[in-house]
Amino acid sequence: MSDDVNVPGALTGVGGWLDDRFHGARGLRVFMRKVFPDHWSFMLGEIALWSFVILLLTGTFLSLFFVPSMSEVVYHGSYVKLDGIRMSQAYQSTLNISFDIRGGLLMRQIHHWAADLFMASLTIHMLRVFFTGAYRKPREVNWLIGIGLFSLGLLEGLFGYSLPDDQLSGAGLRIFEGVLQGIPIVGTYLAFFLFGGPFPGNLIVPRMYIIHVLLIPGLILALIAAHLFIMVHQKHTQMPAKGNTEKNVVGQPFFPYFMAKGGAWFFFIFAALAILATFAEINPIWLYGPYSPVAISSASQPDFYMGILEGSLRVMPAWEWNFLGHTVSFSVLIPFALPLTIILGGATLWPFFEQWATGDRAFHNVLDRPRNAPVRTGVGVAAVTFYGILWAEGANDVLADKLQIPLYTITWIARVLVIIGPLIAYFVTRRVCLGLQRKDAELVEHGLETGIIRQLPDGEFIEVHRPMTEEELGILEAKKVPALMPAPGSEDENGVPSPRSQGAMGWARGVSNRAFAETIVVETNGHGHGNGHGDGAGEVAGEEHAAIGSGGEHGSGDGADDS
Amino acid sequence: MSDMEETPGPSEAIQGAETPEGHGMAPRRVIGTPPPAPRLLGEPGDAEAAAHGGAETAAHGGGAVALAEHGEEKLPVESDYPQHAKNAEKIVVFCFLLAFLAGCGFIAAYVGLGVHTVDKVFRSNLALGLSLSVALFALGLGALIWVRHLMPDVEMTEERHEMRSAGPERAAFEEYFKEAAATSQFVRRPMVRRTLMLATLPLAAIPIVVLRDTGPQPGTSLRHTVWSPGRRLLVYGTNQPLTAAQFSAPGSMITIVPDGYQDDPDALAKATVILIRFQPGVLQVPTVYNGGTLISTMNWTVDNIVAYSKICTHVGCPVALYEQTTHHILCPCHQSTFQAAEGARVIFGPAPRPLPQLPLTTDAQGYLVAKSDFTQPVGPSFWERG
Repeated sequence: MSDDVNVPGALTGVGGWLDDRFHGARGLRVFMRKVFPDHWSFMLGEIALWSFVILLLTGTFLSLFFVPSMSEVVYHGSYVKLDGIRMSQAYQSTLNISFDIRGGLLMRQIHHWAADLFMASLTIHMLRVFFTGAYRKPREVNWLIGIGLFSLGLLEGLFGYSLPDDQLSGAGLRIFEGVLQGIPIVGTYLAFFLFGGPFPGNLIVPRMYIIHVLLIPGLILALIAAHLFIMVHQKHTQMPAKGNTEKNVVGQPFFPYFMAKGGAWFFFIFAALAILATFAEINPIWLYGPYSPVAISSASQPDFYMGILEGSLRVMPAWEWNFLGHTVSFSVLIPFALPLTIILGGATLWPFFEQWATGDRAFHNVLDRPRNAPVRTGVGVAAVTFYGILWAEGANDVLADKLQIPLYTITWIARVLVIIGPLIAYFVTRRVCLGLQRKDAELVEHGLETGIIRQLPDGEFIEVHRPMTEEELGILEAKKVPALMPAPGSEDENGVPSPRSQGAMGWARGVSNRAFAETIVVETNGHGHGNGHGDGAGEVAGEEHAAIGSGGEHGSGDGADDS
Repeated sequence: MSDMEETPGPSEAIQGAETPEGHGMAPRRVIGTPPPAPRLLGEPGDAEAAAHGGAETAAHGGGAVALAEHGEEKLPVESDYPQHAKNAEKIVVFCFLLAFLAGCGFIAAYVGLGVHTVDKVFRSNLALGLSLSVALFALGLGALIWVRHLMPDVEMTEERHEMRSAGPERAAFEEYFKEAAATSQFVRRPMVRRTLMLATLPLAAIPIVVLRDTGPQPGTSLRHTVWSPGRRLLVYGTNQPLTAAQFSAPGSMITIVPDGYQDDPDALAKATVILIRFQPGVLQVPTVYNGGTLISTMNWTVDNIVAYSKICTHVGCPVALYEQTTHHILCPCHQSTFQAAEGARVIFGPAPRPLPQLPLTTDAQGYLVAKSDFTQPVGPSFWERG
């Protein structure tokens, strides 16, 4: 095939020269032929990757002009509305980037939009990985790396938008400092060491700068490299489909297909960010003015990814302990630590919890459809609900204004919803998943309703069902359900109780296991009984009950299952 | 054990591949025939072999041919729909030309459009951003149409290899690891092992220890502000002192900074104060003790003018919003709400304490001055606050 391609002379020399020294031909050939599966949801992580590349490019440009100093100057620059105002050099240089450097405003806005896109795509990518079960063995480490990237991204973003030292970001820093002070025992010292003395001091901007441009990006870069290397080494997961098995990967080779698609995707993302930066103003720091601890603008909002922390600070009632000459401010401590611990800590433990609850130690290269894992999907939607309510509460003043609802009412609604919302979301989602499974079971058993009504010779009307195609069955029948463990206290054939099922942990494991194992059984041999029945739903429901009932004594099912 | 003994080095391989008769001479070529296609990795021997025809290339054993023989599918070269591909090619070319033009447009806009005023900056931003967007979008679109409509649609299947190493590999690893560990004497000589670990302990602590000088110890600095007896209240913005008579309009709230520190952010972050004047009889500041500290009293007001710390007791935002009719002070950050007429007690939100009250009096010229510093720490809670 290479006979058709006339390789330019320059390339041949270089290729041979490199291979003489690095023995790359064999490994690169394997890499060029590496098969990548295709699915729209696999592009989400790529958005985060390309956003990060764009962040590095634009950030490098900005660092050529930004002055990370809090020394005070009096402004006499191009933005005449701030003429004669005292400000820090950081703020002044940000004004200069915006108004005196050609393309500076564009770069600033692309950088800021890219940071928002990075965090947004990272979040959605993690949701995709969670809901399809892509974090399962052997990919737990990559899941943990992803959580690390998300946490670093939060900090990187916070430090980044705080650098210009404008009124809005200064208020954010003040909150950050107040929260740090609230940490028991070491908090006051942490705040004084980070800020180099009392707030605001004149050291925080240069310190955040070096953390923002060197330390955290370096860590992110290293983690992304590890993430990608592991992904290539373990090969990508694939969606359930005909021909896709746990032992193969079906798709298109890296060179030329994936390379061209990835390149196109990079340019699309860059173009989208450039369009946003052209038409959608972001962080117009010249309107906020330089930071002063005396003033504040109302409706101060952080960037969206900090919204959950802002919302949890707002939703928390006043609660503080004073004892033995010390103060513990739970109205700061709980909002700061609890929501992110629940979400990131929960995400960290989840793969191992699922393995423990299902007893599933197998490799998983074919993804789950979310409906086929009702507990996981339910927990995921519950977490999204929890996050979403706190996030919305972070804009409670804006909501109160737009919806004309009293501010305190909104906060009270959020206080209630943040507790019961996730529970409702879990139960509803699980029922929806089982409902969709039931629909799938019907499709497999009876085929698709075609909408064609036929009259039989005896006068009965029936609807013609089209049997599923091979491709459709490949997706529908890919469902795998965790095996049911022995019920608590049950004995094996020799009368010995299972050691794993004993004690409180055994009970918890049994409860979780039964929840995970709940499913709608598909009668794959049931193609014969077809159209005559007409009460498919009731029949499937009966099977569901049987499936739960086989778990042992707790036949009543639903209520007892929920952990 | 060296590589050179086991496999021929690159230079040897090239020599070996070269045919004896053509040593150092260009291969003969019939005039009018195309030159031989060079190999990608440019080995002269291979180039010659290619000129001799496909069969011989295979016999020479080029890597690609050898691997392809192992049942790997070959990629198709022809597009699936040649007529369709022709149209697609035109679109791709158009996209790339557009990207070229837009890229040139960016450079032209950079050179041609100045900045330094708001209008010019926005015009420049529009031109630069638009040309950049078009260039990038056209490039992306061209590449996408290229891969989707010019390249034939192939689907390949690759085997996955189990991640877990085979049993013998694991065993061999374990065997060598134990062997090497024994050889290192690490296991056999516990004192070496223990003293090594001991030696690393202080070294590991040093990165933490050297952070000590990043800031001073807090000490009691969070308990005090720069307010002292007789220090004048200055109106924020104008920096003018104020008499009780000048601040006569009831209902409004103004921000006050301490005289001598009006430009000191560190001082202002703690000492900024709000001043509110009430109708006679409305203000009912209770005398409140909190843990032995007097936090508010009517004696600290002058002519129904009361001064509270502007720093929220939640996380330190300035409490900037005031509602005259209800006397509510609202923090815009997290909506802690304080009742100004009743000692700024908390009526909603996460703030745990009332805003501390600054004791007021007047000096000989009638200007409002502080009677003393705050009698309790202002701003957010901290561990040592008590």
